[in-house]
Amino acid sequence: MTQALRIAAQLLLYVPLMALIGYFSTAPKFSPVAEGEALLRLSFIHAAERKAPCRQRTPEELAKLAPNMRAAQDCPRERSPLVVELELDGKVVLRREVEPAGLKHDGNATVYHRLPVPAGRHKIAVRMRDRPGEAFNFMREETVDLAPGRVLLIDFVAGQGGFQFRG
Amino acid sequence: MLRYLGTLGFLLFWLLAASGIYLYIRFDTSVAGAYQSIGELEWWFGGVLRSVHRYAADAFVIVVFAHLARELLAGRFRGFRAFSWVSGVPLLWLMYASGIVGYWLVWDTRAQFSALATAEWMFAAGIGAEPMARNFLGAEQINDRLFSLFVFLHIGLPLALLAGMWVHVQRLGQPATVMPRRLALGVIALLVALALVLPVKSEAPWDPGAVPQTVAIDWFMLFAHPLMYATSPAALWALVLGTTLLLAGLPWLTRRQPLPAAVVNLDNCNGCGRCIADCPYEALTRRPDKRALVLADRCASCGICSGACPSATPFRRVTELVSGIDLPDFTVHDLRRQLQSALDMRAETVVFRCEHAAQPAKGGEISLRCLAMLPPSFVEFALRRGARRVEAVGCAEGACKWRLGMELCAERFAGTREPHLRANVRAEKLDDGYAFALR
Repeated sequence: MTQALRIAAQLLLYVPLMALIGYFSTAPKFSPVAEGEALLRLSFIHAAERKAPCRQRTPEELAKLAPNMRAAQDCPRERSPLVVELELDGKVVLRREVEPAGLKHDGNATVYHRLPVPAGRHKIAVRMRDRPGEAFNFMREETVDLAPGRVLLIDFVAGQGGFQFRG
Repeated sequence: MLRYLGTLGFLLFWLLAASGIYLYIRFDTSVAGAYQSIGELEWWFGGVLRSVHRYAADAFVIVVFAHLARELLAGRFRGFRAFSWVSGVPLLWLMYASGIVGYWLVWDTRAQFSALATAEWMFAAGIGAEPMARNFLGAEQINDRLFSLFVFLHIGLPLALLAGMWVHVQRLGQPATVMPRRLALGVIALLVALALVLPVKSEAPWDPGAVPQTVAIDWFMLFAHPLMYATSPAALWALVLGTTLLLAGLPWLTRRQPLPAAVVNLDNCNGCGRCIADCPYEALTRRPDKRALVLADRCASCGICSGACPSATPFRRVTELVSGIDLPDFTVHDLRRQLQSALDMRAETVVFRCEHAAQPAKGGEISLRCLAMLPPSFVEFALRRGARRVEAVGCAEGACKWRLGMELCAERFAGTREPHLRANVRAEKLDDGYAFALR
């Protein structure tokens, strides 16, 4: 009898525990974006231009260098910060200045931004400057139809002309 | 059950390993085949094992946090326990890393959500030369080698977890890593029953062009993702790193003056090794000459070692009773003096009581730091010097403050462990201890 009571008491403890595991293993559901929203992702890696232009070495300077180090140009390693701007329906929703990676700031600059947007027709403009100065030197503007739950990826591939819209 | 939390963690780990091996055999490590191979598991075996694998992982999380909370609330994290506590902290990271990567293998929208959320979290901390999330943004970035990496991580991280669990119990004498069979079978049966009632299902297949409107996430394992989206990646990093540092630093933040460690008296130590075998915290080792050596920073000062020492017998005809190993603040000589006082007062019943027993010691009773601090020869001494009955009162079953006290007493009084109670003394088991009388 005592044994039976012990088993019953243990079941009273363990069955709710198992129910707890079973429930929270899949519920409540989580919504990564609100109902009726789509997602816009801006993601790219790009090496900006050098902050200062390369300079031609003079014959005197070259003579001072070891023979195996006599490169005609002296190029500073540091790259320009990358400035990116994202505009949605005429309103700037992202403006970011990204430093190049590396201790000498000579690596790639990486951009990743996630933006839930209401589904529907949107005018999207993206601009980027990868060199010293004020003006953007890459830009693209598109009008896109975004269905609920769809993702628009904006990538940048310099060899393919700049910004790519993939949805 | 609460005292088996750590042991239950080991059981669940082995259950995860066993079910995982079968799932790995059936799993297709390719972009095209991963999702399908899981969907093709027969419901009555592979499907049940898959569900058991999931639910055992969730139970593992619950058990680990219950174990952590229990030790924390009992204050068992500082001093000689600091090593076990601190070595448990990285296990939390390994547990979550192992579990989260497991979800990615299914390659459904839940995997997509979890992989991207993890990647975004890593990118926020600047981990990796480029955003890891880019690997999951389009079908062209994903190839079969990614699944080889996932499988490598889902096997390698649990192996690292197992190694960490081994380290975690290194400072425990006779660590309990095997559940009693009936309890183990009960836990497995309940998990199988849950798997049959609520079989685990995959979400829709992974689609790089979509973001799921709702995801049925496992809140035990994946709670950090919604938390990150509700706050920010930086807030989640602050919470996770802050909690890790707080847990790891707790033994030093709440440091207390330790009790004086046990001391070996080399003139009275014969190198029998009983104290080494009985120490619950691996605080004793042998000198080159085989005699005992106390590692003071590991010593709990529980006195179990002096209760195990063959020289700690009150029958010795010496004025100052010096044991081979003794607590400086509570020597075997002090114990004999207290007993002799009780006998001088012609006490019919002598009571030895652990200071952590449910009831505190009353007047005339002899209080011990642990019941296993009592050498069995003291019981016989009391009975032969006038007491009609001797009682030894300890903690409830499994509630010993020093882990092994009651188990060691049971074996010593039953005559199966040295130093044992001599045959001329009859021992009777009580609810929380023993009663003794001469035969």
